[in-house]
Amino acid sequence: MGYILSRLISLVVSLAAASVVIFAAVEVVPGDPAAFMLGLNASEDTIAALRAELGLDGSVLERYVGWVGGMLTGDFGTSYTYRVPVADLVSQRIVVSLPLAGYALLLSTLLAVPAGLVAAAWRGRAPDYGIMAASQLGIAVPNFWFAMLLVLAFAITWKIFPAGGFPGWEAGFWAGMRALTLPAIALALPQAAILARVLRSALIEQTGQDYIRTARAKGLSSGAALRRHGLRNAMIPVLTILGLQFSFLLAGAIIIENVFFLPGLGRLIFQGITQRDLVVVESVTMLLVCAVIVVTFLVDIAYALVDPRLRRR
Amino acid sequence: MAMADTASPQAEQGLQLDKLSLAIHGTQILQDVSLTIAPGQILGLVGESGSGKSLTAFSVARLLPEGSVTSGQVTLDGTDLTALSEADMCALRGLRLSMIFQEPMTALNPVKTIGDQVAETLLIHRAANRRQAYARAADLLARVGLDPERIPPGRYPHELSGGQRQRVCIAMAIALQPQLLIADEPTTALDVTTQARILALLRDLVREEGMACLLITHDLAVVSQLADRIAVMQKGQIVEAGPTGQVISKREHPYTRALFAASAHQPRRAAAATQAPLLEVREARRDYRLPRASLWQAPGHLRAVDGVSFTLRKGESLGLVGESGCGKSTLSRAILGLEPLQAGTIALEGAPVAPEMGADLRGRMQVVFQDPYASFNPRHRVARILSEPFYLTGRPPDAEQRIAAALEAVEMSASDGLKYPHEFSGGQRQRIAIARALITRPDLIVLDEAVSALDVSVRATVLDLLAGLQERFGLSYLFISHDLTVVQAITDRVLVMQKGRIVEEGPTRAVFEAPRHAYTQALLAAAPRLVEDA
Amino acid sequence: MAGRGAVQLWIGAGLSGFFCLAGLLSLVWTPYDVTVLDIGNKLAPPSAEHLLGTDHLGRDMLSMIMAGARTSIAVALVAVGIGIGLGVPLGLWAAARKGSLTDEIVMRGNDLVFAFPSLVIAILITAVFGPSAVNAIIAIGIFNIPVFARVARGAALTLWTQDFILAARVAGKKSARISVEHILPNIANLLIVQGTIQFSLGILAEAGLSYVGLGTQPPTPSWGRMLADAQTFFYGNPSLAILPGLAIVLTVLGLNLMGDGLRDALDPRLQRSIR
Repeated sequence: MGYILSRLISLVVSLAAASVVIFAAVEVVPGDPAAFMLGLNASEDTIAALRAELGLDGSVLERYVGWVGGMLTGDFGTSYTYRVPVADLVSQRIVVSLPLAGYALLLSTLLAVPAGLVAAAWRGRAPDYGIMAASQLGIAVPNFWFAMLLVLAFAITWKIFPAGGFPGWEAGFWAGMRALTLPAIALALPQAAILARVLRSALIEQTGQDYIRTARAKGLSSGAALRRHGLRNAMIPVLTILGLQFSFLLAGAIIIENVFFLPGLGRLIFQGITQRDLVVVESVTMLLVCAVIVVTFLVDIAYALVDPRLRRR
Repeated sequence: MAMADTASPQAEQGLQLDKLSLAIHGTQILQDVSLTIAPGQILGLVGESGSGKSLTAFSVARLLPEGSVTSGQVTLDGTDLTALSEADMCALRGLRLSMIFQEPMTALNPVKTIGDQVAETLLIHRAANRRQAYARAADLLARVGLDPERIPPGRYPHELSGGQRQRVCIAMAIALQPQLLIADEPTTALDVTTQARILALLRDLVREEGMACLLITHDLAVVSQLADRIAVMQKGQIVEAGPTGQVISKREHPYTRALFAASAHQPRRAAAATQAPLLEVREARRDYRLPRASLWQAPGHLRAVDGVSFTLRKGESLGLVGESGCGKSTLSRAILGLEPLQAGTIALEGAPVAPEMGADLRGRMQVVFQDPYASFNPRHRVARILSEPFYLTGRPPDAEQRIAAALEAVEMSASDGLKYPHEFSGGQRQRIAIARALITRPDLIVLDEAVSALDVSVRATVLDLLAGLQERFGLSYLFISHDLTVVQAITDRVLVMQKGRIVEEGPTRAVFEAPRHAYTQALLAAAPRLVEDA
Repeated sequence: MAGRGAVQLWIGAGLSGFFCLAGLLSLVWTPYDVTVLDIGNKLAPPSAEHLLGTDHLGRDMLSMIMAGARTSIAVALVAVGIGIGLGVPLGLWAAARKGSLTDEIVMRGNDLVFAFPSLVIAILITAVFGPSAVNAIIAIGIFNIPVFARVARGAALTLWTQDFILAARVAGKKSARISVEHILPNIANLLIVQGTIQFSLGILAEAGLSYVGLGTQPPTPSWGRMLADAQTFFYGNPSLAILPGLAIVLTVLGLNLMGDGLRDALDPRLQRSIR
């Protein structure tokens, strides 16, 4: 319990620190955000109007408290360019981004776990070399370039999947999934390559442990000893990587959404940047960072489930 | 069981090795090893590190590294193990043959409960269903002396001490009453009092269960007390074997003689101790902060050293004995001025010793550590390693000569200064460590388990060297060790430490002959002694 | 086996070295000037004059790839430099004061930075200062700091428990001196290996940032920019996208192979466990 509590405190502290960093970067560093958002040709009056609208007349502390308080109650501010609440924009976009990340994580795990297990079991032999060579290549491929190749092959040459765009879930579940398949593959492949390598080396590291030798002395075959005693211990580095991958998936998704013209959070951020809509950039960035921090917390909790040494009574 | 009673040595029963040889990647490790162990008997296989004694055990269990080639026969109760397939061996390991290893701290899976791990032996061999296996596991854990009130089967390994973990390993090993129990240095990592209890447990189990037991150890005293028969191994060959009493009294092979001589070795020492005090420790106290048990609790404190006072005289060799965790290493770090005291004082000829003390004072105390492999920066040459303490004194103009002289003082050659530490054996490295300690011409050298990691024959020569250096340079030693025989051999006076306190102090001879404190008595009683006339 | 590690090392060094040399060469010579547009000769297929053809503005693709190598590699290299220069001292400092407030602050700071993927940092910087190659360097560099701090601290902590460190303390050396004299040389191997990994990740990250317009800006050529430019034309001219992509893949592959090979060659522990 003490462990979970300490992780929970660390979660809150991280969130608070991240919010300060983002707030400072967006609202304090540029000087006058209103003037920045309106550009060089804006008149004094329009700037003053925007300042009032954004509540920029208060002190920095007041504005920070207002922003955080708003975020906590689901009020992410109002987009200057779209003239709608950012919360509405986010909820429209998140139904694309979240399924995409989940789809990619699923594909990556389905690909990586069998590959890692096979490579470890046959280590030093042909299947291991094959999988390791493929994973080397997988790590080296930029996912957006791989996405372009996928489009070239499966959307243009063989018209199996759409080249981009998203019909919306109203068009039906399968239509939506079809649109997300190429992006998910493009995201998943490099991640799967990393995950497979980590799993393989974690398993191989286990073979040298004293308790595997103990298990062998009990009468387990080398494969069974690894399955029954090595797998759970090998989970610890794998969990770490899964957690890290989430943040890479998120970052990768921002780029991939651009390749496929998917109306997700990534596109929203880019529109925010090009239109100098700081309200959108600030809130959506905070949301992304928040997601990473929460996933890190969940990984920490998963550690405790795997490793009794972390559980304190 | 019943078999043990009819122990007339029938050729079919127990374990027989017949001309067992082993090569790994073409290097010959074992040569024509032949041994016999009857049911209910303990065979002590002794030898120094690298003699091949552990690999003999792994050859029997067929748990060898890849690239191993064996020949010869291994017969267990009539079954030729060398002829079995790997699947048959798996069915046999744990059931008819089981093993205990040296490192109890890492031998158990950290993420499974001890009950699960004991029950697993039964479940693998389908000797019980799940419920029965857990009930039996609980019985077994109680049998090996783990009180179910204090250490229930639901505990995880990290909640147990080293001795308790070794008991769990023993419970796993005896779960199916195997015909052969292989114990590979089962108590080497444990304290003497724990060692005595574990050895007694092993002996009782072997007798009661009628197992044949192959006990592998480097410690002659342990085998002399425990084993029915002894086999002495050198360079992959058995050089002498026979009933324990006979081997100890006759010592036919020269290597056996050398081994016994080395382990009972007493270096010749000139009594040079004066009455003048060198190091004075008064009411020293050292507390450590423990990690918080919960977020809201104030962190607890561990009092590692609790009101320790003693005086080390010039030219004296003072022993400090105690078991792991008693605070002796903490005390030595405080004496070296590496860690502050919370109360009390340490003074070297009146000058206060503390982390902020001056370089000249620091240069008068040096140290030699236990592990000859971790004592040196692997990227530095020996000459650079030896010159490190010059940081205290400034590099003298005759540094080169002094490095050469220090190397020669420890019976090495000046040209060794150009080599890297990995080019030397454990014993040579320990000499280099001593040379480093000599380089600032100190008054006091703290020897922190300095010979504990060495083989007996090497240990004897290093002890001789230390005795000689003390006489030649008028050094004082603080000799910290858990090994009573070593302390007995080289010290004038001895301090016995328990739970951060000095519980007994006196001339070494007097303390060993007539210990007054109950803890000293227990320590001495537990220490394995060479049984000379069995 | 040692032989396999050595083969990896040399193939990797060869591949990445080839592109590094190409980038260096582009400083003094490229077949054509990449700042000169030749619209009349745009989208030309490979020929004797233009070995890899020309792009949508008629620039020579070979010259573009050479000049792009210079940008991509320079950005990644400087970012690795930032990571090592700031991360390693932080990690060593935290390890020397293990368990202290300093250690805690450094490690929590690391965790915080890890919560900001380099793309998010780049987005924040761009939102305020506008896009540039310097952005990419800062964004990737900031992300590298905790990576190196963590590697350095982890490795240093195990070394701090060793007796030779205690011996240095007995010789009166302070923790800063011990860190430089004893710890750093013994963790250099690990840092070199991590350096090649971060170098390759940096090239990937620079490509990604430039591709979405947050990194290198036109007219400076970089592999990521070339891919972004190619996006509109590559249905008809796939080679515009394939060539810079291949350059990225081969360089990153080379660096990763080199990293693996170095790890095998430098880590004696690994040599023992590989059978």
